[in-house]
Parts: sequence; structure tokens; C-alpha cells
Amino acid sequence: MKTIGSNQTRLKISRRTALAGMSAGVATLAMPRLGRAADETIRIGFPTPLTGPYAAEARDQVKCAELAVKLANDKGGIAGRKVELLVRDDKLNAGEAATRTLELIEKDKVHAVVGALSSAVQLGVNEVTRARGVIYVSISQSDTINEAKDFSKYTFHEALNPHMTTAAVAQMTLKKGMKVAHLVADYAYGHEMLRGFKRAQAAIGAENVGEILHPLGAADYSTFMPRLMSMRPDVLCISNFGRDQANSIKQAVDFGVKQQMKIIVPVILHNQRVAVGPDVFEGVVGGANYYWGLETQSKTAASFNAAFKAANGGAVPTDYGAYGYSGVGSLLLAMQAAGGTDNDKVVDALEKLQYDLTKGPQHYRKCDHQSVQSVLVLESKKKSAMANDNDLFAIVANDAGSDNMLRSCSELGHAT
Amino acid sequence: MDLSLIVMQLLSGIALGAVLVITALGLTIVFGMLGVVNFAHGALFMIGAYAGLYLASLTGSFWWGLLLAPILMGAFGMLIEFVLIRRLYGRSIDDPLLLTFGLSYILVEGVRIVFGSDGIPFPTPSQLIGVLDLGVGFFPRYRLFVIALVAVVLLVLWLLLEKTRIGLIVRAGARDPTIMQVLGVDIGRVWLAIFGLGVGLAALGGVLAGPMRSVNPEMGSLVLAEAFVVTVIGGLGSIAGAVVAGVMVGISISMVALFAPEMATIVMFALMAVVLLIRPQGLFGVKGRTA
Repeated sequence: MKTIGSNQTRLKISRRTALAGMSAGVATLAMPRLGRAADETIRIGFPTPLTGPYAAEARDQVKCAELAVKLANDKGGIAGRKVELLVRDDKLNAGEAATRTLELIEKDKVHAVVGALSSAVQLGVNEVTRARGVIYVSISQSDTINEAKDFSKYTFHEALNPHMTTAAVAQMTLKKGMKVAHLVADYAYGHEMLRGFKRAQAAIGAENVGEILHPLGAADYSTFMPRLMSMRPDVLCISNFGRDQANSIKQAVDFGVKQQMKIIVPVILHNQRVAVGPDVFEGVVGGANYYWGLETQSKTAASFNAAFKAANGGAVPTDYGAYGYSGVGSLLLAMQAAGGTDNDKVVDALEKLQYDLTKGPQHYRKCDHQSVQSVLVLESKKKSAMANDNDLFAIVANDAGSDNMLRSCSELGHAT
Repeated sequence: MDLSLIVMQLLSGIALGAVLVITALGLTIVFGMLGVVNFAHGALFMIGAYAGLYLASLTGSFWWGLLLAPILMGAFGMLIEFVLIRRLYGRSIDDPLLLTFGLSYILVEGVRIVFGSDGIPFPTPSQLIGVLDLGVGFFPRYRLFVIALVAVVLLVLWLLLEKTRIGLIVRAGARDPTIMQVLGVDIGRVWLAIFGLGVGLAALGGVLAGPMRSVNPEMGSLVLAEAFVVTVIGGLGSIAGAVVAGVMVGISISMVALFAPEMATIVMFALMAVVLLIRPQGLFGVKGRTA
């Protein structure tokens, strides 16, 4: 104020013009906010655990989600609007994820949320989005998010669910009369996978000989091994995720588990197989939503791989990465069809959507919004059978998507 | 419950404890002698694992990695002491604590930039792959080797500190650095060596843990928490305390895992709480020593 006052006489600026100038200045400061409303970019919130034991998978999700956004923007955006991805670290913590999601909705005004990798965390995100009436496309495996009590019309589940992967893996590996033991991460994901395997093994007629729950993120699994081996199972199901999978399989192999029994996992992870090497994973069988090697069977996979390679220095996309692409991609397709971001129109468009982004046809089942899609069963190759460093798995089954592999909507508590 | 299972479980606990002991030892020596709480200890453990892996792949032998990584990391530790830590002696305990805390972030991010965030495979040395028949059951050869190696390192360290002139100077320097300086001992050089030894031990722990766990930039953070718990239970600055507490924690985790696996991680903290209630200075801690 002092400088304006002292200059007033010299520059002959009247009080009135000074005031006018100041208010113009204030208006300019406020402009970006007003300007944004007119030509609004479509903002998608993306919480994912960038730090912690699932970081490798989370980063792949971000890369793929960014690819989906880039491809949409390259084509001129969605309904003429640019798309922006707002990535937030949920730190693998449901409370953190809920806070970040709330911020994304309240402060960043996102139009929809995609993401979360841990099943417990996604339920936290879902609580928030459901309460605020914001569309949420979950890309984490869950069996409860589609159940009536957690479900809302804004909740969509692009990932496979434990029921689908455990059934497919059990079908390929278990036989009547086999003894099965479980090592399970003690949280929602582990519990749901265990439930899935037990349901599948009961249907096949395999015997359950015991289960051990381990804390999430444990570094050492050696203390569980003697007891698991004393159960004398034919098959050991290890239901955990991320780095826990790598560490537990590695330590099981150290203890000579593979000489006695076969190791199966509900979801076999590209990154973890890379992290511990072929010798340790050799012969381990697990389910998957995606594997780059599908490109010999699927045109969509080939073009997805090519786009990803071009954007990421020749690297191949991974399983959980692909979820980032199909989760964001399916949402953008629906927004395109709805002609914008109007919530109810986008929900309607998602329910009607038939999409094929990474591996073949998919659609969201109307009653519970679960994506009906193919399930892969992969077996880790031995070192001598690998054609190159990326040639990790053999595809032992590729079950086409159908309602039969899902629990029925009435079973999930929905009115049908 | 049969005997074989209990023996195997006990051995698992001792092997787990051995890694804890070697890591906590570096932490407690540096605290005991220098009064520095080294928050970068976990990060240095992690870098030790990467260094071991890198040197092993460079030379084609795990054993060179196991030998050279702790030595090189020890030298790196001395560099850290010389450039950073040294300036903070005599100030409050918070300053080196904050410094090392910041350092750990830089080291972890540095490794992320160079090697990426994904884990890297660290194969078990071919001579130690597989299990050994102990008569009562089968136990991984590599873990038996870790137990044996840690025992040897402890013995050497004990001889060094108790039976040599250097050890005498170190122990006296920890008790009263001023008198040592009056007597003409260059205490700065002693502290340099001690910090190097502490970092070398962290690195040794990292290389030993490499073939058991996957090697990744975050592997140090969990270890740091464990090492602190062991150090606190044993008594800050006490070498005997670190050894006893490390083995105790390992065996407790292992035995609890047998009966209540979900509790396996929590038991360590419960043990710490109980010890602190009964002996606030830790099992072997000196009363009145403020942290």
C-alpha cells in the first residue's frame, strides 16, 4: 500500500483507477478457476500403494493407467475434453486411501475414481465413493465388493475375484482325495482366497489338512514351514500377494517343500516371479487376469503389448498393470458413450458396455457390476524352457468369460 | 506335537535370531561407543545386500560378495562418519538421529534410481542349496550356514574387544573419551573405525539375508524396526544384550508361530514391553544411561 501511495502523485494514478486495477488483478487471479469450469478436463483419481510390499505392482498399474489416458488424449480426448490422471499413494492403508480419495473428490473434484490394489484398501475407497455418489472402478481382487452390503450403483469391479481365480486354479491342479494345506496372508485378500480354495476343493473332493495365517508384509516365513511340512499335504496353497508371495515361495523352496508337494497360488505375479528367479518358481501354478504371452492367441493383447512397449522402452505389461489399463480404459469408453461425465449416464453406459481392451471380450454384469472376463491359469517355466527373459509362464488354461464362473447375483444378496 | 517339529521350529528361530543379532550388533556398538542412534542402519543393511549381490555377480562367486561387501561398506561407513556424523559429536542426540534418518531416505531413493524398485533375485550359493538331514528332520543348509557364520563373527568380535589392545582402547573410549584423549589416544580415529564396523555388520546382515528374502529397496525398513526392538530388549549399547535378545526374539517368534501364527510379529513387541516394565534399561543395559 505504501508504494502505491508514494507513487500516486508522481504517476498521477487516482484512487479510483488504483482500485479498479487491483480488482482486475484479483479477477485475473481467480480466472483459472472460472476458466477451468468452461473447458473442463476429465479428472480421474487413482489411489494405489506406490510404497510398501505391493509397490512393484502399483507402479505397473500407474504406467498402464497413464497409457490408457494418453491414448485417449491422442485421439482428441473424451467428448472433446482432455483426460487427466491424478495418482495418489494410498500406502497400502485403508485409512490413508479413504483420506486421499476424499481429497480427490472434495479438493481435486475428480469425476471418477479407479484403483487400489489391496482388497482391504479398496473397501475403504468404496466406502467414500459410495457415500459421495462417485463412480469407482476397483482393480483389486475382491469377493465382497460386489456383495449387496458393500455394493452401490457407483461401484464397478474390473478385476477378477477370488472365487474365479481359485476355482480355475483348483480345477487344473486338485484331484479327489488330495490333501491340501494353506498358508494365508491374514487380511481380507488372504481370507477370501482361502474361502475360494476351500469351496473349490470341497467341490472336487480334496481334503483340507490345515491352514496357517501369517501377518501381512512378513519378511520371514521360515517359522511357518516346519508345521506346514508336518501336515504332509500333496498341495500347498499360498494365498498372499506382492513381495509376500516372492518371499514365502522362496523360503518354502529353501525348506524343501517342493520335493514333497506342489505349490499353487490364487494369483501368480509377473513381478514376483522376476524378483526371485525361475528356479524358485519352477512348476508353481497360479491364476492370472493377463499375461503378455497371450499375444499369440489374442489380437487385442498384441496391440496392447505394442502400445505399452512403445511407451515404456520395450518392457512388457504385467498382470496387475493390465488392470490399470482396462479399469481406466473401460471407464473412458463409457464416458465417451455417455458424452461426458454425467454420473448416471456413465453408470448406464458402463452397464451396457461391451469392451475388449487387453485379452478378449468383457462386460460388467448388470446386477453386481462384476466384469465378466476370461481367467488364465499359468505355470512358471523352468529356466531351460524360457525363450527369453520375458518368457516366464506357460498358459495351461484360458477359460472364456461366462456367468457360470461367478457366484449368482442372488447368492451375493442382490434382488434378481 | 512331535519332537522333530519342535526341534525344527527351534532351529528356525535361532536362524532368524542370527540375522537379528548381526544387524542389532552394528546398531548397538555404534550407539554404545559413539552415542549415535543410527537410523540409516536399515538402509545400509539393504545396500549391503545389493552390494553383495553386485559383487557376487561381478566375481561369479557368492563368497567374494560375502567377504567384500561388508569391507567396502565398512569403508563407506567411515566416509559417512568423516563427512557427516563427525560434525555432530557433542551436540544433542537428536541431531545425528535426524541426520541418519534423512540419510536413509537418500540411500533408499538412490538404490531405487539405480536398481529400480522391483526386487532382484539373489540366488542361494550352489554349495548351500537344499536341505540337510539332521536325524530329527530336514533343515535348509543355507540357514545352518548363517547360524555358524554368525557364531564365528561373534567369537572374533568378542576376542577383538576383550583380548586385544584395540579392544581395550575402544572399551575405555566408550567409558570416558576425554581421559583417553588426555592419555594421547586419537579418539577420533577410534570412532571412525567403530562406525565403519557398525556399517560393515549391517552390510554383512544384508548379504546374509539376501538369499533368504528377496532383495529390494524396502528390505531395510522392517529390519531396522526389528534391530531396534532387539537393541532395546538387550539394553542400548550392550553387545551381550544384543546377542541374547536377538536369539530370544528369534526363538519367541518361532515358538509363537507354532501355536498362534497370526501373533508371530507382535510377540516381539510384547516381549519388549514386558522387559521394559521389569528392567527399563533393558536386560544388559546400564542403569542411568540416557538414550
